[in-house]
Amino acid sequence: MNVLVCVKRVPATGGRIALTEDGRAIDAKFLGFTVSPHEECAVEEAVRLIEAHGGESVVLTLGPPESEEQVRDALALGIGRGVLIATDGAECDPQSTAAEIVAAVRAQEAPFALLLFGNESADAGGFQVPVRVARALGLPCVVGAKALEVQGAAAVVRREAAGGWEEFEVALPAVVSVKEGINLPRYPSVPGRLKAKKKPVDRRDPAARANRLQLRRLQVPQGRDQQVTILGEGPDAAPKVVELLRSVGVV
Amino acid sequence: MVLVFVEHDGERALETSLQALAFGRGVGEALSEPLHAAILGSEALSVAGRLAAHGVVVAHVAVDGRLDDVAPDGWASALAQIADASGARVVMASGTEAGNEVLARLGARLDQPMAANCIRADAGDPFVVLRQRWGGSLLEEASIDGSPILLTVAPHAVQAEEVPSPASLEVRPNDVAIDDEDLRVRVREVVARESDSISLSDAKVVVGGGRGVGGPDGFRALEELAGLVGGAVGCSRVATSAGWRPHHDQIGQTGNRIAPELYIACGISGASQHMVGARGAKRILAINTDRDAPMVAQADFAVIGDLHLVVPAISEAVRAARGG
Repeated sequence: MNVLVCVKRVPATGGRIALTEDGRAIDAKFLGFTVSPHEECAVEEAVRLIEAHGGESVVLTLGPPESEEQVRDALALGIGRGVLIATDGAECDPQSTAAEIVAAVRAQEAPFALLLFGNESADAGGFQVPVRVARALGLPCVVGAKALEVQGAAAVVRREAAGGWEEFEVALPAVVSVKEGINLPRYPSVPGRLKAKKKPVDRRDPAARANRLQLRRLQVPQGRDQQVTILGEGPDAAPKVVELLRSVGVV
Repeated sequence: MVLVFVEHDGERALETSLQALAFGRGVGEALSEPLHAAILGSEALSVAGRLAAHGVVVAHVAVDGRLDDVAPDGWASALAQIADASGARVVMASGTEAGNEVLARLGARLDQPMAANCIRADAGDPFVVLRQRWGGSLLEEASIDGSPILLTVAPHAVQAEEVPSPASLEVRPNDVAIDDEDLRVRVREVVARESDSISLSDAKVVVGGGRGVGGPDGFRALEELAGLVGGAVGCSRVATSAGWRPHHDQIGQTGNRIAPELYIACGISGASQHMVGARGAKRILAINTDRDAPMVAQADFAVIGDLHLVVPAISEAVRAARGG
Protein backbone atom coordinates (compact mmCIF):
# COMPACT_ATOMS: atom_id res chain seq x y z
CA MET A 1 0.00 0.00 0.00
CA ASN A 2 1.41 3.39 -0.98
CA VAL A 3 0.54 6.53 0.95
CA LEU A 4 0.99 10.14 -0.08
CA VAL A 5 1.01 12.95 2.48
CA CYS A 6 0.90 16.62 1.51
CA VAL A 7 2.35 19.41 3.68
CA LYS A 8 2.80 23.18 3.40
CA ARG A 9 5.67 25.30 4.70
CA VAL A 10 4.37 28.10 6.94
CA PRO A 11 6.09 30.50 9.35
CA ALA A 12 6.05 29.44 13.02
CA THR A 13 4.26 32.49 14.37
CA GLY A 14 4.54 33.37 18.03
CA GLY A 15 2.65 35.92 20.06
CA ARG A 16 2.54 38.81 17.64
CA ILE A 17 2.34 38.64 13.85
CA ALA A 18 4.22 41.33 11.90
CA LEU A 19 3.69 41.96 8.18
CA THR A 20 6.13 42.80 5.39
CA GLU A 21 6.20 46.39 4.15
CA ASP A 22 3.90 45.69 1.19
CA GLY A 23 1.43 43.98 3.53
CA ARG A 24 1.23 40.88 1.39
CA ALA A 25 3.05 38.40 3.63
CA ILE A 26 4.12 37.73 7.19
CA ASP A 27 7.51 39.21 8.00
CA ALA A 28 9.38 35.97 8.73
CA LYS A 29 12.85 37.51 9.20
CA PHE A 30 12.95 36.36 12.80
CA LEU A 31 10.72 33.30 12.48
CA GLY A 32 11.37 29.63 11.89
CA PHE A 33 9.22 27.54 9.59
CA THR A 34 7.02 24.55 10.17
CA VAL A 35 3.88 22.83 8.87
CA SER A 36 0.41 22.94 10.40
CA PRO A 37 -0.30 20.72 13.44
CA HIS A 38 -2.89 18.87 11.34
CA GLU A 39 -0.19 18.08 8.77
CA GLU A 40 2.28 16.91 11.44
CA CYS A 41 -0.38 14.38 12.38
CA ALA A 42 -0.97 13.45 8.73
CA VAL A 43 2.75 12.68 8.38
CA GLU A 44 2.68 10.57 11.55
CA GLU A 45 -0.41 8.73 10.30
CA ALA A 46 1.33 7.95 6.98
CA VAL A 47 4.39 6.59 8.80
CA ARG A 48 2.20 4.39 11.03
CA LEU A 49 0.16 3.07 8.08
CA ILE A 50 3.32 1.97 6.27
CA GLU A 51 4.72 0.44 9.45
CA ALA A 52 1.49 -1.56 9.83
CA HIS A 53 0.72 -2.47 6.23
CA GLY A 54 4.02 -2.12 4.31
CA GLY A 55 4.48 -0.15 1.12
CA GLU A 56 5.94 3.23 0.32
CA SER A 57 5.21 6.63 1.81
CA VAL A 58 5.81 9.85 -0.10
CA VAL A 59 5.69 13.45 1.15
CA LEU A 60 4.73 16.15 -1.33
CA THR A 61 4.88 19.91 -1.01
CA LEU A 62 4.23 22.92 -3.20
CA GLY A 63 6.10 26.02 -2.16
CA PRO A 64 9.36 27.98 -2.35
CA PRO A 65 12.59 25.96 -2.77
CA GLU A 66 13.19 26.35 0.98
CA SER A 67 10.22 23.98 1.50
CA GLU A 68 12.78 21.21 1.14
CA GLU A 69 13.30 21.76 4.88
CA GLN A 70 9.74 20.60 5.60
CA VAL A 71 10.15 17.66 3.19
CA ARG A 72 13.35 16.59 5.01
CA ASP A 73 11.55 16.96 8.37
CA ALA A 74 8.94 14.45 7.20
CA LEU A 75 11.64 12.15 5.81
CA ALA A 76 13.36 12.26 9.22
CA LEU A 77 10.16 10.93 10.79
CA GLY A 78 10.14 7.90 8.50
CA ILE A 79 8.55 8.95 5.20
CA GLY A 80 10.34 7.19 2.31
CA ARG A 81 10.86 9.90 -0.28
CA GLY A 82 9.84 13.42 -1.22
CA VAL A 83 8.36 15.40 -4.08
CA LEU A 84 8.99 19.16 -4.13
CA ILE A 85 7.09 21.36 -6.58
CA ALA A 86 9.21 24.47 -6.26
CA THR A 87 7.49 27.80 -6.89
CA ASP A 88 9.06 31.26 -7.06
CA GLY A 89 7.55 31.94 -3.64
CA ALA A 90 4.36 33.57 -4.92
CA GLU A 91 1.27 32.16 -3.28
CA CYS A 92 -0.84 29.65 -5.22
CA ASP A 93 -4.58 29.73 -4.67
CA PRO A 94 -6.41 26.52 -3.71
CA GLN A 95 -7.40 25.64 -7.29
CA SER A 96 -3.84 26.04 -8.59
CA THR A 97 -2.46 24.14 -5.61
CA ALA A 98 -4.86 21.25 -6.19
CA ALA A 99 -4.06 21.21 -9.92
CA GLU A 100 -0.32 20.95 -9.19
CA ILE A 101 -0.84 18.14 -6.70
CA VAL A 102 -3.07 16.26 -9.16
CA ALA A 103 -0.44 16.58 -11.91
CA ALA A 104 2.28 15.33 -9.56
CA VAL A 105 0.13 12.39 -8.40
CA ARG A 106 -0.62 11.39 -11.98
CA ALA A 107 3.12 11.45 -12.75
CA GLN A 108 3.90 8.87 -10.05
CA GLU A 109 4.60 5.33 -11.25
CA ALA A 110 2.83 3.40 -8.49
CA PRO A 111 -0.69 4.46 -7.50
CA PHE A 112 -1.48 5.63 -3.96
CA ALA A 113 -4.05 3.83 -1.84
CA LEU A 114 -4.37 6.86 0.44
CA LEU A 115 -3.70 10.55 -0.06
CA LEU A 116 -3.46 12.30 3.30
CA PHE A 117 -3.74 16.03 3.97
CA GLY A 118 -4.19 18.32 6.94
CA ASN A 119 -7.80 19.45 7.38
CA GLU A 120 -6.80 23.01 6.48
CA SER A 121 -3.51 24.84 6.08
CA ALA A 122 -2.35 26.84 9.09
CA ASP A 123 -1.92 30.05 7.13
CA ALA A 124 -4.44 30.38 4.27
CA GLY A 125 -7.11 28.15 5.85
CA GLY A 126 -8.92 27.52 2.55
CA PHE A 127 -10.56 24.23 3.63
CA GLN A 128 -10.67 22.87 0.08
CA VAL A 129 -7.45 21.49 -1.45
CA PRO A 130 -8.07 17.83 -0.44
CA VAL A 131 -11.64 17.98 -1.76
CA ARG A 132 -10.49 19.45 -5.08
CA VAL A 133 -7.72 16.86 -5.50
CA ALA A 134 -10.20 14.05 -4.77
CA ARG A 135 -12.72 15.39 -7.27
CA ALA A 136 -10.12 15.70 -10.04
CA LEU A 137 -8.88 12.15 -9.42
CA GLY A 138 -12.42 10.73 -9.07
CA LEU A 139 -11.72 9.52 -5.52
CA PRO A 140 -13.93 9.60 -2.42
CA CYS A 141 -12.84 12.12 0.22
CA VAL A 142 -13.49 12.32 3.96
CA VAL A 143 -12.35 15.47 5.74
CA GLY A 144 -11.62 16.13 9.42
CA ALA A 145 -10.54 12.59 10.38
CA LYS A 146 -9.79 11.98 14.06
CA ALA A 147 -9.36 8.21 13.56
CA LEU A 148 -8.37 6.22 10.49
CA GLU A 149 -8.15 2.49 10.02
CA VAL A 150 -7.43 0.54 6.87
CA GLN A 151 -9.53 -2.63 6.71
CA GLY A 152 -8.76 -4.60 3.57
CA ALA A 153 -9.67 -2.47 0.57
CA ALA A 154 -11.51 0.15 2.61
CA ALA A 155 -10.74 2.96 5.03
CA VAL A 156 -12.89 3.47 8.13
CA VAL A 157 -12.76 7.10 9.20
CA ARG A 158 -14.16 8.70 12.32
CA ARG A 159 -14.59 12.37 12.86
CA GLU A 160 -15.98 14.44 15.69
CA ALA A 161 -19.53 15.72 15.53
CA ALA A 162 -21.76 17.46 18.02
CA GLY A 163 -22.02 15.04 20.93
CA GLY A 164 -20.26 12.11 19.31
CA TRP A 165 -18.47 10.52 16.40
CA GLU A 166 -19.46 10.19 12.76
CA GLU A 167 -18.16 7.08 11.10
CA PHE A 168 -17.56 6.69 7.37
CA GLU A 169 -16.35 3.78 5.30
CA VAL A 170 -14.88 4.50 1.87
CA ALA A 171 -13.27 2.21 -0.68
CA LEU A 172 -9.58 2.72 -1.38
CA PRO A 173 -8.03 4.58 -3.05
CA ALA A 174 -9.30 7.57 -1.12
CA VAL A 175 -8.39 11.06 0.04
CA VAL A 176 -8.53 11.75 3.78
CA SER A 177 -7.79 15.03 5.54
CA VAL A 178 -6.89 14.69 9.20
CA LYS A 179 -7.04 16.85 12.28
CA GLU A 180 -4.60 17.21 15.10
CA GLY A 181 -5.40 14.68 17.82
CA ILE A 182 -5.70 11.69 15.46
CA ASN A 183 -2.34 10.63 16.91
CA LEU A 184 0.54 12.01 18.93
CA PRO A 185 3.39 12.62 16.46
CA ARG A 186 6.81 11.23 17.31
CA TYR A 187 9.93 13.36 17.50
CA PRO A 188 12.64 12.81 14.91
CA SER A 189 15.56 10.65 16.05
CA VAL A 190 19.18 11.48 15.29
CA PRO A 191 19.55 8.44 12.97
CA GLY A 192 16.26 9.53 11.36
CA ARG A 193 17.71 12.98 10.68
CA LEU A 194 20.88 11.47 9.18
CA LYS A 195 18.92 9.09 6.95
CA ALA A 196 16.64 11.92 5.79
CA LYS A 197 19.61 13.72 4.21
CA LYS A 198 20.14 10.81 1.83
CA LYS A 199 16.52 10.06 0.93
CA PRO A 200 15.51 11.02 -2.63
CA VAL A 201 13.54 14.24 -3.27
CA ASP A 202 12.16 14.66 -6.81
CA ARG A 203 11.79 18.20 -8.02
CA ARG A 204 8.99 19.30 -10.30
CA ASP A 205 8.29 22.66 -11.91
CA PRO A 206 4.80 24.04 -11.50
CA ALA A 207 2.79 25.10 -14.54
CA ALA A 208 1.98 28.80 -14.95
CA ARG A 209 -1.51 29.30 -13.55
CA ALA A 210 -3.51 32.40 -12.71
CA ASN A 211 -4.96 32.68 -9.22
CA ARG A 212 -8.71 33.14 -9.29
CA LEU A 213 -8.69 33.81 -5.56
CA GLN A 214 -6.02 36.50 -5.43
CA LEU A 215 -4.55 37.85 -2.21
CA ARG A 216 -4.34 41.64 -2.32
CA ARG A 217 -3.14 42.52 1.14
CA LEU A 218 -3.10 41.30 4.70
CA GLN A 219 -4.04 43.12 7.84
CA VAL A 220 -3.67 42.43 11.52
CA PRO A 221 -7.12 42.61 13.11
CA GLN A 222 -7.69 44.72 16.19
CA GLY A 223 -6.78 42.75 19.27
CA ARG A 224 -8.91 42.49 22.38
CA ASP A 225 -9.68 46.05 23.34
CA GLN A 226 -8.59 45.88 26.96
CA GLN A 227 -6.10 47.06 29.54
CA VAL A 228 -4.56 44.55 31.88
CA THR A 229 -5.05 45.07 35.61
CA ILE A 230 -2.36 43.44 37.73
CA LEU A 231 -4.17 41.94 40.74
CA GLY A 232 -0.97 41.26 42.62
CA GLU A 233 2.06 39.04 42.92
CA GLY A 234 2.17 35.44 44.10
CA PRO A 235 -0.32 33.67 46.41
CA ASP A 236 -1.14 36.95 48.16
CA ALA A 237 -3.28 37.87 45.16
CA ALA A 238 -5.68 34.96 45.84
CA PRO A 239 -8.38 37.05 47.62
CA LYS A 240 -8.53 39.40 44.61
CA VAL A 241 -9.07 36.38 42.36
CA VAL A 242 -11.88 35.18 44.62
CA GLU A 243 -13.55 38.60 44.19
CA LEU A 244 -13.28 38.11 40.43
CA LEU A 245 -14.81 34.63 40.68
CA ARG A 246 -17.59 36.10 42.82
CA SER A 247 -18.33 38.70 40.12
CA VAL A 248 -18.78 35.82 37.65
CA GLY A 249 -21.19 34.18 40.10
CA VAL A 250 -19.30 30.97 40.78
CA VAL A 251 -18.31 31.70 44.41
CA MET B 1 -29.86 36.14 -6.80
CA VAL B 2 -27.85 35.28 -3.74
CA LEU B 3 -28.27 31.66 -2.59
CA VAL B 4 -27.50 30.61 0.99
CA PHE B 5 -27.09 26.97 1.98
CA VAL B 6 -29.02 26.63 5.24
CA GLU B 7 -27.91 24.01 7.77
CA HIS B 8 -30.59 22.83 10.19
CA ASP B 9 -31.27 20.37 12.99
CA GLY B 10 -34.46 18.95 11.46
CA GLU B 11 -36.60 21.75 12.88
CA ARG B 12 -34.79 25.04 12.72
CA ALA B 13 -31.96 26.66 10.82
CA LEU B 14 -28.72 26.78 12.80
CA GLU B 15 -27.79 30.16 14.27
CA THR B 16 -24.67 30.23 12.09
CA SER B 17 -26.83 29.79 8.98
CA LEU B 18 -29.06 32.67 10.10
CA GLN B 19 -25.86 34.73 10.32
CA ALA B 20 -25.01 33.67 6.75
CA LEU B 21 -28.50 34.79 5.68
CA ALA B 22 -27.85 38.24 7.23
CA PHE B 23 -24.52 38.39 5.38
CA GLY B 24 -26.19 37.23 2.16
CA ARG B 25 -28.87 39.86 2.48
CA GLY B 26 -26.17 42.54 2.59
CA VAL B 27 -24.52 41.16 -0.54
CA GLY B 28 -27.92 40.88 -2.23
CA GLU B 29 -28.73 44.53 -1.48
CA ALA B 30 -25.39 45.62 -2.97
CA LEU B 31 -26.13 43.62 -6.13
CA SER B 32 -29.87 44.45 -6.19
CA GLU B 33 -30.50 40.72 -6.10
CA PRO B 34 -33.04 38.84 -3.95
CA LEU B 35 -32.08 36.43 -1.18
CA HIS B 36 -32.80 32.75 -1.76
CA ALA B 37 -32.13 29.80 0.53
CA ALA B 38 -31.40 26.13 -0.17
CA ILE B 39 -32.66 23.59 2.38
CA LEU B 40 -32.09 19.86 2.04
CA GLY B 41 -33.60 16.74 3.62
CA SER B 42 -36.94 15.30 4.75
CA GLU B 43 -37.69 18.23 7.06
CA ALA B 44 -36.71 20.95 4.57
CA LEU B 45 -40.27 22.27 4.25
CA SER B 46 -40.82 23.02 7.91
CA VAL B 47 -37.36 24.61 8.22
CA ALA B 48 -38.04 26.75 5.15
CA GLY B 49 -41.28 28.11 6.58
CA ARG B 50 -39.41 30.03 9.26
CA LEU B 51 -36.98 31.82 6.95
CA ALA B 52 -39.13 34.71 5.68
CA ALA B 53 -38.32 36.55 8.91
CA HIS B 54 -34.67 36.49 7.87
CA GLY B 55 -35.31 38.10 4.52
CA VAL B 56 -35.56 35.00 2.36
CA VAL B 57 -37.79 35.53 -0.67
CA VAL B 58 -37.52 32.08 -2.23
CA ALA B 59 -36.71 28.86 -0.37
CA HIS B 60 -35.53 26.02 -2.61
CA VAL B 61 -36.27 22.74 -0.89
CA ALA B 62 -34.92 19.32 -1.85
CA VAL B 63 -37.07 16.93 0.17
CA ASP B 64 -35.01 13.75 -0.12
CA GLY B 65 -34.40 11.37 2.77
CA ARG B 66 -31.01 10.37 1.35
CA LEU B 67 -29.83 13.87 2.22
CA ASP B 68 -30.77 13.59 5.92
CA ASP B 69 -27.55 11.91 7.00
CA VAL B 70 -24.21 13.60 6.48
CA ALA B 71 -23.56 13.14 2.75
CA PRO B 72 -21.35 16.04 1.67
CA ASP B 73 -21.13 15.13 -2.03
CA GLY B 74 -24.88 14.57 -2.15
CA TRP B 75 -25.42 17.96 -0.51
CA ALA B 76 -23.01 19.65 -2.93
CA SER B 77 -24.74 17.98 -5.87
CA ALA B 78 -28.18 19.17 -4.71
CA LEU B 79 -26.83 22.66 -4.09
CA ALA B 80 -25.24 22.74 -7.56
CA GLN B 81 -28.58 21.79 -9.15
CA ILE B 82 -30.46 24.43 -7.17
CA ALA B 83 -27.84 27.09 -7.97
CA ASP B 84 -28.03 26.21 -11.66
CA ALA B 85 -31.84 26.11 -11.82
CA SER B 86 -32.14 29.47 -10.08
CA GLY B 87 -29.26 31.25 -11.80
CA ALA B 88 -27.43 32.14 -8.57
CA ARG B 89 -24.72 34.82 -8.89
CA VAL B 90 -23.41 34.16 -5.39
CA VAL B 91 -23.66 30.94 -3.37
CA MET B 92 -22.69 30.99 0.29
CA ALA B 93 -22.83 28.99 3.50
CA SER B 94 -21.68 29.51 7.04
CA GLY B 95 -18.01 28.73 7.65
CA THR B 96 -18.88 25.78 9.89
CA GLU B 97 -17.18 22.45 9.25
CA ALA B 98 -20.16 21.32 7.16
CA GLY B 99 -20.53 24.67 5.40
CA ASN B 100 -16.86 24.87 4.42
CA GLU B 101 -16.93 21.26 3.28
CA VAL B 102 -20.02 21.62 1.12
CA LEU B 103 -18.88 24.86 -0.51
CA ALA B 104 -15.44 23.31 -1.15
CA ARG B 105 -17.14 20.37 -2.84
CA LEU B 106 -19.35 22.73 -4.83
CA GLY B 107 -16.24 24.65 -5.92
CA ALA B 108 -14.54 21.43 -6.98
CA ARG B 109 -17.65 20.30 -8.89
CA LEU B 110 -18.10 23.61 -10.73
CA ASP B 111 -14.34 24.33 -10.98
CA GLN B 112 -14.88 27.73 -9.41
CA PRO B 113 -12.83 29.41 -6.68
CA MET B 114 -14.18 29.47 -3.11
CA ALA B 115 -13.28 31.94 -0.35
CA ALA B 116 -13.65 30.44 3.13
CA ASN B 117 -14.47 32.32 6.33
CA CYS B 118 -15.24 35.77 4.97
CA ILE B 119 -16.12 38.57 7.35
CA ARG B 120 -16.94 41.17 4.70
CA ALA B 121 -17.78 41.24 1.01
CA ASP B 122 -17.63 44.10 -1.46
CA ALA B 123 -19.82 42.97 -4.34
CA GLY B 124 -18.15 45.13 -6.99
CA ASP B 125 -16.08 44.28 -10.03
CA PRO B 126 -13.90 42.54 -9.07
CA PHE B 127 -15.74 40.91 -6.18
CA VAL B 128 -13.58 41.51 -3.11
CA VAL B 129 -13.75 39.71 0.22
CA LEU B 130 -12.10 40.16 3.58
CA ARG B 131 -11.44 36.71 4.98
CA GLN B 132 -9.83 35.09 8.00
CA ARG B 133 -6.39 33.53 7.85
CA TRP B 134 -4.56 31.80 10.68
CA GLY B 135 -7.90 31.10 12.37
CA GLY B 136 -8.63 34.83 12.43
CA SER B 137 -5.23 36.04 13.68
CA LEU B 138 -4.80 37.71 10.29
CA LEU B 139 -7.24 39.08 7.74
CA GLU B 140 -6.77 38.82 4.00
CA GLU B 141 -8.29 41.09 1.40
CA ALA B 142 -8.70 39.01 -1.75
CA SER B 143 -10.40 39.30 -5.12
CA ILE B 144 -12.42 36.32 -6.29
CA ASP B 145 -13.06 35.68 -9.97
CA GLY B 146 -15.88 33.17 -10.06
CA SER B 147 -19.24 32.50 -11.63
CA PRO B 148 -21.03 31.95 -9.40
CA ILE B 149 -19.05 33.54 -6.57
CA LEU B 150 -18.63 30.94 -3.81
CA LEU B 151 -17.86 31.87 -0.22
CA THR B 152 -18.44 30.94 3.39
CA VAL B 153 -19.15 33.40 6.19
CA ALA B 154 -16.98 33.17 9.30
CA PRO B 155 -19.19 32.14 12.23
CA HIS B 156 -20.08 35.12 14.43
CA ALA B 157 -18.68 37.64 11.92
CA VAL B 158 -22.18 39.10 11.67
CA GLN B 159 -25.27 38.84 13.84
CA ALA B 160 -28.39 37.04 12.71
CA GLU B 161 -31.09 39.62 12.17
CA GLU B 162 -34.80 39.53 11.44
CA VAL B 163 -36.16 41.91 8.82
CA PRO B 164 -38.75 44.49 9.95
CA SER B 165 -41.37 43.65 7.30
CA PRO B 166 -40.81 40.22 5.75
CA ALA B 167 -41.96 39.62 2.17
CA SER B 168 -44.11 36.60 1.50
CA LEU B 169 -42.03 33.49 1.08
CA GLU B 170 -42.18 31.33 -2.02
CA VAL B 171 -41.24 27.70 -1.35
CA ARG B 172 -39.92 26.09 -4.53
CA PRO B 173 -39.50 22.29 -4.46
CA ASN B 174 -36.53 21.02 -6.45
CA ASP B 175 -36.57 17.39 -7.49
CA VAL B 176 -32.80 16.98 -7.37
CA ALA B 177 -31.17 13.94 -8.99
CA ILE B 178 -28.62 12.31 -6.67
CA ASP B 179 -26.23 9.73 -8.16
CA ASP B 180 -24.94 6.74 -6.21
CA GLU B 181 -21.49 8.21 -6.80
CA ASP B 182 -22.53 11.22 -4.71
CA LEU B 183 -23.48 8.95 -1.82
CA ARG B 184 -20.12 7.15 -1.63
CA VAL B 185 -19.16 9.37 1.28
CA ARG B 186 -22.07 9.10 3.67
CA VAL B 187 -22.04 8.70 7.40
CA ARG B 188 -22.80 5.07 8.28
CA GLU B 189 -22.98 5.45 12.04
CA VAL B 190 -23.15 8.20 14.62
CA VAL B 191 -21.65 7.09 17.91
CA ALA B 192 -22.74 9.12 20.93
CA ARG B 193 -19.98 10.12 23.31
CA GLU B 194 -20.48 9.71 27.04
CA SER B 195 -20.52 13.19 28.55
CA ASP B 196 -18.90 12.89 31.97
CA SER B 197 -18.09 16.50 32.80
CA ILE B 198 -18.81 20.07 31.84
CA SER B 199 -17.63 20.63 28.29
CA LEU B 200 -15.05 23.26 27.46
CA SER B 201 -17.43 24.98 25.08
CA ASP B 202 -20.23 25.28 27.69
CA ALA B 203 -18.20 26.03 30.84
CA LYS B 204 -18.71 29.35 32.60
CA VAL B 205 -15.14 29.24 33.88
CA VAL B 206 -12.25 27.57 32.08
CA VAL B 207 -8.93 26.94 33.79
CA GLY B 208 -6.20 26.44 31.17
CA GLY B 209 -2.63 25.27 31.59
CA GLY B 210 0.42 25.55 29.36
CA ARG B 211 4.15 24.95 29.40
CA GLY B 212 4.43 26.51 32.86
CA VAL B 213 2.40 23.68 34.38
CA GLY B 214 5.48 21.52 33.84
CA GLY B 215 3.88 18.09 33.40
CA PRO B 216 0.69 16.02 33.73
CA ASP B 217 0.79 16.07 37.54
CA GLY B 218 0.79 19.85 37.60
CA PHE B 219 -2.75 19.84 36.19
CA ARG B 220 -4.15 18.41 39.45
CA ALA B 221 -4.14 21.83 41.04
CA LEU B 222 -5.96 23.25 37.99
CA GLU B 223 -8.54 20.45 38.16
CA GLU B 224 -9.09 21.15 41.83
CA LEU B 225 -9.78 24.83 41.16
CA ALA B 226 -12.02 24.04 38.18
CA GLY B 227 -13.93 21.54 40.31
CA LEU B 228 -14.50 24.12 43.04
CA VAL B 229 -15.98 26.69 40.66
CA GLY B 230 -17.86 24.25 38.42
CA GLY B 231 -15.53 24.91 35.51
CA ALA B 232 -13.62 22.87 32.95
CA VAL B 233 -9.89 22.35 32.43
CA GLY B 234 -8.28 23.14 29.09
CA CYS B 235 -4.71 23.50 27.91
CA SER B 236 -2.45 24.97 25.24
CA ARG B 237 -0.93 23.04 22.36
CA VAL B 238 2.33 22.58 24.26
CA ALA B 239 0.50 20.42 26.80
CA THR B 240 -1.14 18.17 24.20
CA SER B 241 2.00 17.84 22.05
CA ALA B 242 3.94 16.73 25.14
CA GLY B 243 1.24 14.16 25.92
CA TRP B 244 0.36 15.82 29.25
CA ARG B 245 -3.30 16.21 28.32
CA PRO B 246 -5.61 14.61 25.70
CA HIS B 247 -6.06 16.59 22.50
CA HIS B 248 -9.76 17.21 23.16
CA ASP B 249 -8.68 19.52 26.02
CA GLN B 250 -6.73 21.78 23.67
CA ILE B 251 -7.81 25.40 23.27
CA GLY B 252 -6.55 26.94 20.03
CA GLN B 253 -6.56 27.11 16.25
CA THR B 254 -6.35 23.32 15.97
CA GLY B 255 -8.41 22.61 19.10
CA ASN B 256 -11.47 24.05 20.83
CA ARG B 257 -12.87 27.57 20.69
CA ILE B 258 -14.10 28.60 24.14
CA ALA B 259 -16.42 31.40 25.25
CA PRO B 260 -16.58 31.35 29.08
CA GLU B 261 -17.35 34.26 31.38
CA LEU B 262 -13.83 33.92 32.76
CA TYR B 263 -10.77 32.18 31.35
CA ILE B 264 -7.94 31.58 33.83
CA ALA B 265 -4.78 30.99 31.76
CA CYS B 266 -2.02 29.45 33.88
CA GLY B 267 1.54 29.34 32.61
CA ILE B 268 0.46 29.94 29.01
CA SER B 269 2.63 32.20 26.82
CA GLY B 270 -0.27 33.43 24.68
CA ALA B 271 0.84 32.48 21.16
CA SER B 272 -1.59 33.40 18.39
CA GLN B 273 -2.40 29.69 17.87
CA HIS B 274 -3.79 29.64 21.42
CA MET B 275 -5.48 33.06 21.35
CA VAL B 276 -7.59 31.99 18.34
CA GLY B 277 -9.29 29.54 20.69
CA ALA B 278 -9.43 31.85 23.71
CA ARG B 279 -10.57 35.14 22.28
CA GLY B 280 -14.27 34.33 22.78
CA ALA B 281 -13.75 34.55 26.56
CA LYS B 282 -15.52 37.54 28.14
CA ARG B 283 -12.66 38.11 30.57
CA ILE B 284 -9.18 36.63 30.84
CA LEU B 285 -7.08 36.24 33.96
CA ALA B 286 -3.44 35.36 33.28
CA ILE B 287 -1.31 33.72 35.94
CA ASN B 288 2.27 33.93 34.77
CA THR B 289 5.77 34.43 36.13
CA ASP B 290 6.59 36.65 33.13
CA ARG B 291 5.01 40.09 33.26
CA ASP B 292 5.93 40.58 29.58
CA ALA B 293 4.28 37.38 28.29
CA PRO B 294 1.85 38.03 25.38
CA MET B 295 -0.82 36.27 27.46
CA VAL B 296 -0.53 38.97 30.15
CA ALA B 297 -0.69 41.74 27.55
CA GLN B 298 -3.91 40.26 26.12
CA ALA B 299 -5.54 39.58 29.51
CA ASP B 300 -7.95 41.73 31.51
CA PHE B 301 -6.39 40.70 34.83
CA ALA B 302 -3.08 39.16 35.77
CA VAL B 303 -1.39 37.65 38.77
CA ILE B 304 2.37 37.70 38.44
CA GLY B 305 3.77 34.61 40.10
CA ASP B 306 4.32 30.87 40.03
CA LEU B 307 1.09 29.07 39.20
CA HIS B 308 2.17 26.16 41.43
CA LEU B 309 1.81 28.49 44.41
CA VAL B 310 -0.92 30.82 43.13
CA VAL B 311 -3.49 28.24 41.96
CA PRO B 312 -3.62 26.25 45.24
CA ALA B 313 -3.84 29.56 47.12
CA ILE B 314 -6.88 30.53 45.03
CA SER B 315 -8.54 27.17 45.74
CA GLU B 316 -7.84 27.65 49.44
CA ALA B 317 -9.27 31.17 49.35
CA VAL B 318 -12.41 29.93 47.55
CA ARG B 319 -12.94 27.34 50.27
CA ALA B 320 -12.36 29.95 52.97
CA ALA B 321 -14.84 32.31 51.30
CA ARG B 322 -17.44 29.55 51.44
CA GLY B 323 -16.74 29.11 55.12
CA GLY B 324 -15.31 25.65 54.66
